[in-house]
Amino acid sequence: MPDAAALPLEDPRPPRKLYRSGDGRWLGGVARGLAGHLGLPVVWVRLAFVGLFMANGLGALLYAAFWFFVPLGVGGVGDHKPASLVGTETSPEGRRRLVARKPDKGQMVALLLMVIVSMVFLGSVNLTNTAKAYLVPVVLVAAGVALVWRQADNARRARWVEVGGRRRTLTLLRAAVGVLLVTAGVSAIFVMQVSAAHLGAVLEAALAVLVGITLLAGPYLVRVTQDLSEERLMRIRAQERAEVAAHVHDSVLHTLTLIQRNADNAGEVRRLARAQERDLRTWLYKPEGTGKDEADEPDTVAEAVRRNAAEVEDKHGVPIEVVVVGDCPLDDRTTAQMQAAREAMVNAAKYGGEGGAVQVYAEVEGRRVFVSVRDRGPGFDLDSIPADRMGVRESIIGRMERNGGTARLRPVPDGGTEVELEMERAEKTA
Amino acid sequence: MSDATEANGTTGEAEVAEGTEGAVGRHVRVVLVDDHRMFRTGVQAEIGQTARTGVEVVGEAPDVDQAVSVITRTRPEVVLLDVHLPGGGGVEVLRRSAALMADPEQPVRFLALSVSDAAEDVIGVIRGGARGYVTKTITGSDLIDSIFRVQEGDAVFSPRLAGFVLDAFASTDAPPVDEDLDRLTQREREVLRLIARGYAYKEIGKQLFISVKTVESHVSAVLRKLQLSNRHELTRWATARRLV
Repeated sequence: MPDAAALPLEDPRPPRKLYRSGDGRWLGGVARGLAGHLGLPVVWVRLAFVGLFMANGLGALLYAAFWFFVPLGVGGVGDHKPASLVGTETSPEGRRRLVARKPDKGQMVALLLMVIVSMVFLGSVNLTNTAKAYLVPVVLVAAGVALVWRQADNARRARWVEVGGRRRTLTLLRAAVGVLLVTAGVSAIFVMQVSAAHLGAVLEAALAVLVGITLLAGPYLVRVTQDLSEERLMRIRAQERAEVAAHVHDSVLHTLTLIQRNADNAGEVRRLARAQERDLRTWLYKPEGTGKDEADEPDTVAEAVRRNAAEVEDKHGVPIEVVVVGDCPLDDRTTAQMQAAREAMVNAAKYGGEGGAVQVYAEVEGRRVFVSVRDRGPGFDLDSIPADRMGVRESIIGRMERNGGTARLRPVPDGGTEVELEMERAEKTA
Repeated sequence: MSDATEANGTTGEAEVAEGTEGAVGRHVRVVLVDDHRMFRTGVQAEIGQTARTGVEVVGEAPDVDQAVSVITRTRPEVVLLDVHLPGGGGVEVLRRSAALMADPEQPVRFLALSVSDAAEDVIGVIRGGARGYVTKTITGSDLIDSIFRVQEGDAVFSPRLAGFVLDAFASTDAPPVDEDLDRLTQREREVLRLIARGYAYKEIGKQLFISVKTVESHVSAVLRKLQLSNRHELTRWATARRLV
């Protein structure tokens, strides 16, 4: 558990580590990443690369090296990234993630520019014929390698963005094209060294080598992938555990501390303990994803009854036992009923709380929603309450009747009061 | 309550006399099964003063294996059984004690006592043969009352259990396999509803104008249906809610 607890929920990015920028990049994000790292404007870095490029293509070589060896990160310089290129969003956990990108216009333009510049560059440089002959195959090989290597980037991005299956075929296609390009380039070099006559033989040999490598490396690669996914699963589990531990740790220890401080205040201790109990139960027994966020509004009857009871319990310090049978979505009528029920709970807690826990029972049966709130207090007689006291008449009985339901108040044989609220659900939510 | 009885002499004394006579006349041997020592100690302290309560705690066990051996050795009349136990849970204890439960001479009866909120746990032990289910928030005197009721062969339902059972039976719209066995009668349903609303058996009797004995027999009938019926629907219901 300590291991799990120590696992950071969010990988912190070391402040001065070089990353290629994932945001607002033109090509590989090298310039932007470098600029961010060095604290320079991106334009300077880009200009520097172009300048170096003119020096016998050193810039291109450098850029390529950076592209291959520097990992892709998020962020870069400043926040003046072109919005059309890439978007980031902040996920609910507060983690920044890349959003699925549209086909990148900026990158396309940049690539095109690169090609044009290279053409001009090649045209301006004098090369011997043999060197020129080798150039095309070398470029082919480079393009293939780049294609395959860039895959790593995409795999990473895919993990952030969680793209669908369509991307997968694209990935495979890219790999295939990359391999093909490399093979073609290497073959061409060989062919030029020997002669065109041996082209077939060379291609065959290359293919054989390729198949051999696949056979040799295949199982290993599969195992590596499996290990990786297993490791990922473990990490996710550890993270989940850490989350639960963090929650339980925080709230339980907090409550225990408060209980120790308020040890002589029985009412407060009881209230704290009950609130903590409820919280823990919500965590343990509610299905995944429900009830863990306290902010959202309840949208079913059962949820609303429980929420109301919990709030009244917290506010008035009287235990409320809730039993719910069945469930249905809330509509206008049942919402009004829930408000009336809440009013009844408040009354029960205020005036009948001495006799013990308040019992709340809610049942959804077909179209009918029934809620009963009973206390074991002294009980009271509606007729004996002055006509100007509108609490019960208006907020419980009146509210129910205005919405087409009924409310009954009656004394319970052995002491206490029971409020029964009955309502038909609205038609549309059949 | 005590103020009231003192203030009004004769009736008060009569009540007290009746109460003590009941406690002295009754005696029950109980085994506590719970993996939390603190909880066992607490329950022992609350119900274990035999002279006053009539309950004698003859054994304790923290897990399934020890529970089975203690129960077999001491042959108590009632076992207070926790639902969550190391070694298979309360259900496992019930399974391995089936022979003792069925003993016609001196049957061992189980009362589930749990903090669990999950319907699957609760319905599970009831179907396993427990005679009732109460939550751990129950007061000492209510618990003692429940123990005696179980000893006499009746079923003890807490409001929450009644809610679970109603839920289980209510949401079965498909025609049941065996009409007589599977359906709750209107009366049984009413009784369960009142239990779920927090009424005591006595109060239910007054409400429905029937005797407490009749209430008890209705509750026992519900329990029997729950235990005996090989219900497809219950399973389906539970599966649909990921309870089983």
